[in-house]
Amino acid sequence: MGFVELLQSIIPPALFFSAPLIFTALGGVFSERSGVVNIGLEGLMVMGAFVGIVFNLAFADVFGVWTPWVSIIIATIISALFSIIHAVAAVSFRANQVVSGVAINFLALGLGVFLTKQWFGKGQTDMVSQPFYTTDIPLLANIPIIGPILFQNIYVSSYLAIILAIVAWYILYKTPFGLRLRAVGEHPMAADTNGINVSKMRYIAVIVSGAMGGLGGSVFALTIALNFSHATIVGQGFMALAAVIFGKWHPLGAMGAALFFGFAQSLSVIGGGIPLLADVPQVFLLIAPYVLTILALAGFIGRAEAPGANGEPYIKGSR
Amino acid sequence: MTSNKAFNILVPIISVFIGLFAGAIIMLIFGYNPIEGYMALWQGAFGDLYFMGETIRQVTPLLLTGLAVAFAFRAGLFNIGAEGQVIVGWLVAIWIGISMDAPIYIHLPVAIIVAALAGALWGFIPGLLKATLGVHEVIVTIMLNYVALYSSNAIVRSVLSNHEDRTDNIAASASLASEWLQGLTYFSRMHYGILIALLMAALMWFIIERTTIGYELKSVGFNQHASKYAGMSVKRNIILAMIVSGAFAGLAGSMEGLGTFQHMAVQNGFTNLGFDGIAVALLGANTAFGVVLAAFLFGALKVGALNMPTEAGVPTELVDIIIALIIFSIASSYIIRLVVLRFKKGGSKWDSLNFYNRLFHRHFSFQPL
Repeated sequence: MGFVELLQSIIPPALFFSAPLIFTALGGVFSERSGVVNIGLEGLMVMGAFVGIVFNLAFADVFGVWTPWVSIIIATIISALFSIIHAVAAVSFRANQVVSGVAINFLALGLGVFLTKQWFGKGQTDMVSQPFYTTDIPLLANIPIIGPILFQNIYVSSYLAIILAIVAWYILYKTPFGLRLRAVGEHPMAADTNGINVSKMRYIAVIVSGAMGGLGGSVFALTIALNFSHATIVGQGFMALAAVIFGKWHPLGAMGAALFFGFAQSLSVIGGGIPLLADVPQVFLLIAPYVLTILALAGFIGRAEAPGANGEPYIKGSR
Repeated sequence: MTSNKAFNILVPIISVFIGLFAGAIIMLIFGYNPIEGYMALWQGAFGDLYFMGETIRQVTPLLLTGLAVAFAFRAGLFNIGAEGQVIVGWLVAIWIGISMDAPIYIHLPVAIIVAALAGALWGFIPGLLKATLGVHEVIVTIMLNYVALYSSNAIVRSVLSNHEDRTDNIAASASLASEWLQGLTYFSRMHYGILIALLMAALMWFIIERTTIGYELKSVGFNQHASKYAGMSVKRNIILAMIVSGAFAGLAGSMEGLGTFQHMAVQNGFTNLGFDGIAVALLGANTAFGVVLAAFLFGALKVGALNMPTEAGVPTELVDIIIALIIFSIASSYIIRLVVLRFKKGGSKWDSLNFYNRLFHRHFSFQPL
């Protein structure tokens, strides 16, 4: 196997597995940058996957080949609305944010499977008829060497994820809105004194995380899982959360971490075809991303600084 | 002034009520009769001796994972890893149960103790990393859950069985099952584990309320800096709390292995015992007695829910929604307190509210992720 073929068998699957993690991790970055811990990313992905699949099944005849695109948009909107529950609890009701996030995870899975049984009469939906398919990107696919590695047999959603990461970086670091959002997460009292509405900023950030989590969940469902059951999203949300921390709460860092996790996840799928990895028992490839995360947190990446006010409800007038 | 103690009892009761009420509304929306639904739930949990036996069987591991999460909570730590600790406890208990040959008074205790040790080891890792390197325990425990899940599956497949999906049954000398209890409950899977679980609840109460170790743990949970200034070793206490927490969860795993199932199968996903333990601990206000009550409630809800589809047509997941709403309500207890205080006449409401708020956030203050 030549080097180019090797890359060709590694990179497209890595991108494919990374995309949902990138979307969701970006949502996590927004939420945590505003000072709201979001362990509920898993639940937001579950909601996105559920809505994406159900919408796709119901409207495949109406929208034809555009169905997956419309599905992820609807899933994004519904998950954004769903995340308002976390925002109300964490911001307005001063709930402990970790606990509220845990409840989001319970609620999304409970609702998703409940409604699935309600509408489909069984614990899982049918397979969707209109998932995302791989495509070759016109023109770019014809570039020698790079084309076959990066632009052939690729899911467009992978590129969307990378573009959105750059957009998120721009918004957070180059716009007044981003500055305010980060200020609220670092020192809400100072931000408040300067006339920034802390609650409003945090609501927006949590809703953005809901939208991105829903996008991630629906992209996962429509590229990888293709149906919905209680076992569709198992841990991708937590992986995304790890990517947020691994990436030091920075959109591009989170994207890098998500790409790494996607690569690690794809290894357990494609490992058999790669000479060096063919003899490694699959279990080691399966646990690799988790062990590496622990090792990374324990040493590699140095001390990661969380946003100053992360996890603290802001109570006006208190010190 | 409404005392804090009264609130500590009121909030869980109101939260359970909110959860059940919302469940009733959901049933109405989807065209079910909520009375029928809840009757089916009640029947399924307490309808006859068989259902009661099954309920107690379900309560046993939930009680232990609830204790695990609550114990860590008391030291200011959030153990999301009870799930992984359950899995390693289960695996090791089965391992001993299959491979050892000894009379029951040696075999069974060894299997149980080794399971607790395995859970303790799985709790020690995040405890150590938190204490020495400041790595947040939530992330490490989440990651360790997956490591436990995938490695135990691999071990069940290729070490404990010959590439099959489950192990053999354990030897009778390692079993917690009892013909007497089964006969008493029309052959439910109830086993002696409930006695161990209740004993552990008493042990947790004793450690927390009556020993210096417990005092230090609580102190560290309230304020690490003050504890350090008072001469306590914060690091040692963090590690100790995670070890004990993990041991409780490991025991929960041994209950499933040695009591209920007598074997271990390849797990397609998590057992959810650890995650449900979070709910149990929260509802039980992190006290041993509260956890016992909460474990019985959630055990009854989980087992009773299995009866809902056949008797009332309601999907069992309704109970998961109810549990989620109960957790939300407890997490949002600030607003419950506010509303309760509004209903009470007279001043001083802000005083007691602010007092409570400070207490609550100290009690549940986690370092940011």
